[in-house]
Amino acid sequence: MPDPRNELPAPGTLEAFVQQALDDARQRGADAAEAACSGDIGLSVNVRKGEIDTLEHHRGRDMGVTVYFGGRKASASAGELSEQAVRDAVQAACDIARYTSEDPANGLAPAERMAVDPPELDLDHPWPLPADEAVELARDCESAAVEADRRIENTEGAGVSVHRGLHAYGNSHGFFSVLPESRHSIHCVAVAGRGEAMQRDYWYTVARDPAALEDARDVGRRAAEHAVARLGAESLHTERVPVLFRAPVARGLVGHLVSAVRGSALYRQASFLVDSAGEQLFPAWLQMVERPHIPRALGSTAFDAEGVATAESALVRDGVLQRYVLDSYSARRLGLETTANAGGVHNLEVSGGEEDFDALLRRMGRGLVVTELMGQGVNLVTGDYSRGAAGFWVENGVIDRPVQEITIAGHLRDLFAGIRAVGSDVDRRGNIRCGSILVEEMTVAGQ
Amino acid sequence: MNEHAEAATATPDPLRQAEERLLAPAALDEARLGQVFSRLLRPGVDFADLYFQAARREAWVLEDGIVREGSHSIDRGVGVRAVSGEKTGFAYCDEIDLEALLDASSAAGAVARSGQSCTPVAFRGTAGRGLYRGDDPLASLSADEKVALLHRAEAAARAVDPRIVHVVVSLAGAHDTILVANSEGGWAGDIRPLVRLNVSVLAAAGERRESGSSGGGGRYDYQQFVEPGRVEAYAREAARQALVNLDAEEAPAGNLPVVLGPGWPGVLLHEAVGHGLEGDFNRKGTSAFTDRIGERVASPLCTVVDDGTIAQRRGSLNIDDEGHPSQCNTLIEGGVLTGYMQDRQNAGLMGMDRTGNARRESYAHLPMPRMTNTYMLAGPHDPQEIIASVDRGLYAVNFGGGQVDITSGKFVFSASEAYWIENGRIQHPVKGATLIGNGPDVLTRVSMVGNDLALDGGIGVCGKEGQSVPVGVGQPTLKVDGMTVGGTQA
Repeated sequence: MPDPRNELPAPGTLEAFVQQALDDARQRGADAAEAACSGDIGLSVNVRKGEIDTLEHHRGRDMGVTVYFGGRKASASAGELSEQAVRDAVQAACDIARYTSEDPANGLAPAERMAVDPPELDLDHPWPLPADEAVELARDCESAAVEADRRIENTEGAGVSVHRGLHAYGNSHGFFSVLPESRHSIHCVAVAGRGEAMQRDYWYTVARDPAALEDARDVGRRAAEHAVARLGAESLHTERVPVLFRAPVARGLVGHLVSAVRGSALYRQASFLVDSAGEQLFPAWLQMVERPHIPRALGSTAFDAEGVATAESALVRDGVLQRYVLDSYSARRLGLETTANAGGVHNLEVSGGEEDFDALLRRMGRGLVVTELMGQGVNLVTGDYSRGAAGFWVENGVIDRPVQEITIAGHLRDLFAGIRAVGSDVDRRGNIRCGSILVEEMTVAGQ
Repeated sequence: MNEHAEAATATPDPLRQAEERLLAPAALDEARLGQVFSRLLRPGVDFADLYFQAARREAWVLEDGIVREGSHSIDRGVGVRAVSGEKTGFAYCDEIDLEALLDASSAAGAVARSGQSCTPVAFRGTAGRGLYRGDDPLASLSADEKVALLHRAEAAARAVDPRIVHVVVSLAGAHDTILVANSEGGWAGDIRPLVRLNVSVLAAAGERRESGSSGGGGRYDYQQFVEPGRVEAYAREAARQALVNLDAEEAPAGNLPVVLGPGWPGVLLHEAVGHGLEGDFNRKGTSAFTDRIGERVASPLCTVVDDGTIAQRRGSLNIDDEGHPSQCNTLIEGGVLTGYMQDRQNAGLMGMDRTGNARRESYAHLPMPRMTNTYMLAGPHDPQEIIASVDRGLYAVNFGGGQVDITSGKFVFSASEAYWIENGRIQHPVKGATLIGNGPDVLTRVSMVGNDLALDGGIGVCGKEGQSVPVGVGQPTLKVDGMTVGGTQA
C-alpha cells in the first residue's frame, strides 16, 4: 500500500478548492478574485561523519486568495487545505477589503494575456528514492569530500533533498491551471584545516530531473577542493583593481539589475534605474534574454503568478535595456503593460563569450577573483555597492593565493558599463543563467 | 534590564489556553498523546517531542496615502521529532489530529533502527516566565483604528520636509500559540504576541534620491503604537535618515578606527560572536570559537549576554521551543568566553546545561540553538569622549543586515548612516558601506565602551539554515581600533 505521506493531493482536489475560493469570493460580492492552492512533499537527509544527522519528511499544503472590490484589494492565506480553511480565508480577505483603499491600478492581469494554451515544459520528474538510499547517497558524497584531501578535517555534512509539488492557480477570468513540478538536490559542506586556519566551502547540484544531477561523489570532491583552496587566506592592501566574479556569484550581480528594473522599485522611484529603458547600460556586445520555456529548466514556467502567458523576451539587447520587469499592478502604475514577471524572471540568460574561466584569468592578468560575497550592502535606490568578499588574488593571469576579509565597492552603473567579458562557464542552477563576469575596476578594501 | 515584573500580573495561564486551542478541538489528551509517544519511541529513540502550533498573522500597508494592501494568514500544525543520539528524525502535519500524528510519528521514529527502548514519562506542566501577555494583538485595535494609525505615521513623515516624496507604512501583528510535549514528561505552553510598525521613506533633491527606514515593535499589542508621539517618532527618524544621506559623500576604504553608536549597531555582536557561540556549530567543531571557553576573545571592557527574559522584547520567550524556560546567559564576561547557547540535544552531547535557546521558525522546522536578545553591557566611557578620541575614523550609527562565516570567523555588517570623524569631531555624512572583520578578534580591539547601553527598537530578524526568527540586539557606544571599511575612496 502506498504511504499516504508520499502522495500529493489529487489535481482535482486542488481545482475544487480554487473553484470554491473563487465562488465564495463572488458570493461575498467581490468583482474579481484569484486563488492558488498547492501541495508539496519531500524528503531531506543530512549525513555527517558517516551517520544520519537529520532525516526530515516534508508534507505541506497551503492556499491563498486575493479579492478585488472595484479597486480595493485584500488577500488571505492558510497553511492547510479544507473547505473550512478556504471559506475562512475568503471571509478574512473580504473583511479586510472593506478597509483598503480604491487604487485604480489594482486588479487581475488582462484577460487576453492569460496562458490559454500553455506549452508542456517537462518539469515533473519524481524521484522515488527510499530514505535508506538517500542516506547512502549522502554518505557517498561526504566520504568523497573527506577522501579528496587529507586537509579535510571535518564537515558540516552532505545532504540529499527530494521535492515534488503540485500547484494550482485560477482567477475569475476563467483561467485555471494545475501543474506538478519537481526539484532535487545534493549538497556538501567541507571544512579544511583546524583552529584559526579553519575554512569551509560547499558545492551543490540541483535539477528537476534526478538524472541531470551531478554525481554525488563529484559534489563532495568539489566541496573539498573549494575548502582546501581557501586555506591560508589573508587580506589585501586597499587599491582599485579588476574583479572577476565567479559564475555562482556573478548571477547575483545580474540579480541586482533585475531588482533595480522591477516595477515595484520603479513606480516608487526607489531605483537608480528609473526611466532607464532604452539606455546603454552595458557594453554593446552584451545580451540578456528571458527564455521561460526551456524544457526541464529550474526557472521554466508557461505563465507567471497572475496567469499571464510567458514568452521569450530580451531584457538587454546590444547592451541597451529593452524593458522593465513588471507585473500587472506595477505596469498600470507606470502606464505600461505587464511583462509576465509576476513572481520574478524565468531563466534569464546572459550571453556568454567564448572564453572559459582560465581564459578570463589570463585576460585579467592582475586582480581579484571573487568566489564568495557577504552581507546586503547593495543600495538599489542609489546604486551604491559595497559587500564583503573572499576569493583569490591573481598575478600574471593565474591564481596566486586565497584572500579573505576584504570588501569590494563601486557603483552598479559603473560595474554594468565596465563589464569586459562574460565567461562560457555558465551556472544554470537558478533563475539567472550566467558565466563568470569580468569587471574593469572596483575598490578593494583590506588591511 | 529586569523589567519583567510588571507584565506578569493578571495573565491567564498560557499552558491551559494552549491546551484548549491546540488539543481540545482534536480531542487530544494526555492518554492519546501517550499513544503517539509509544509509536515514536522505537528501540534506539532516546528522546521525542511534539510541537503544536496555531498562528494567526496580519499585515497592513499604506502607500502614498492609500491603504494598498491588507492580508491575513492562519497556519496550524504539529512537528514530530525523534532523537537517537546525534540523529534526528522529523516529520510534520498541517492538521492536528490523532491519525495524522501517528503517521508522522512512524515517519520520524524510523530514524532509529535498533537500540535501547525507553518509555514515556508522565507529563508534568512547566511554568514559563510571565514576560508578556497572551492577548491577541490583532484584536487590540479595530480595523478603522489600524488604518488611522497608518495615516498618522504617514502624515508625520510627510510633515518633516517637502523632500520626502514617497512614504510606505506597514503594520504587522502575529498571535502564536504553542504547546510542547516530550517523552521525558515535559509539558509546556506559550502564547506569543508580536507586533511591528515600520515607516520607509524616499527623499529626493535634484538628481539624488535616498531612502530611510525606522520602526519598532515587540511582544505586546497595537495599543503601544497609539501612545502619543510613538509612530511620529518612527516617521521623523525615517525621514531624518533619508535627508542626512542626501548629503552623504563617498565612504572611505581601508582599515580605520570605527565608533559604533548605541542600540541597533549591536548587530555587530550578533554576527561577530553570537552565531559562532551557538551550540550546534561548537559541538560539530565548525565554529571559530570551538573549544575556546575560558579563553580571552574580547577586551576586558566587553561583557556580552544573550537574554531571553526581558519583558515584552521582540527576542524574548517565556519558554524556548523545547519548553525550557528562557534565561539570561553570559557569553563573554570581562573579555573571557564563558558559555555557548544550547538546545537540549547539543547541550546533552557536549555535557553542558541547556540555556533556553532552542528555537524554530514553525512546527514545520526543526529546533536548533538560536539567539534571543544579544547585547553588550554598558562600560565606563562618555560617548562624547569616545568620538573625541578618534583622529580619523568612521562613526556608524545605523545598519542594515549582516552575515557571518562561522568557520573562518569573518563577518560583515552594512552601515546605512555613517559620518566621517576628523580630529575628534563628527564631520560630513558618508555613504553606506560594508564593514568586515574577524569575529574571534574584533572585540579584542574594543578600546572604549560607552555608558549608554540601548537595545534596538524591535525590528530584528535572524536567518539560519533557512529559518527566520525574531531577535533583539543592543550595545552601548563602542570604539573598535581597526576594522576594514568598504567604501570607494581608497
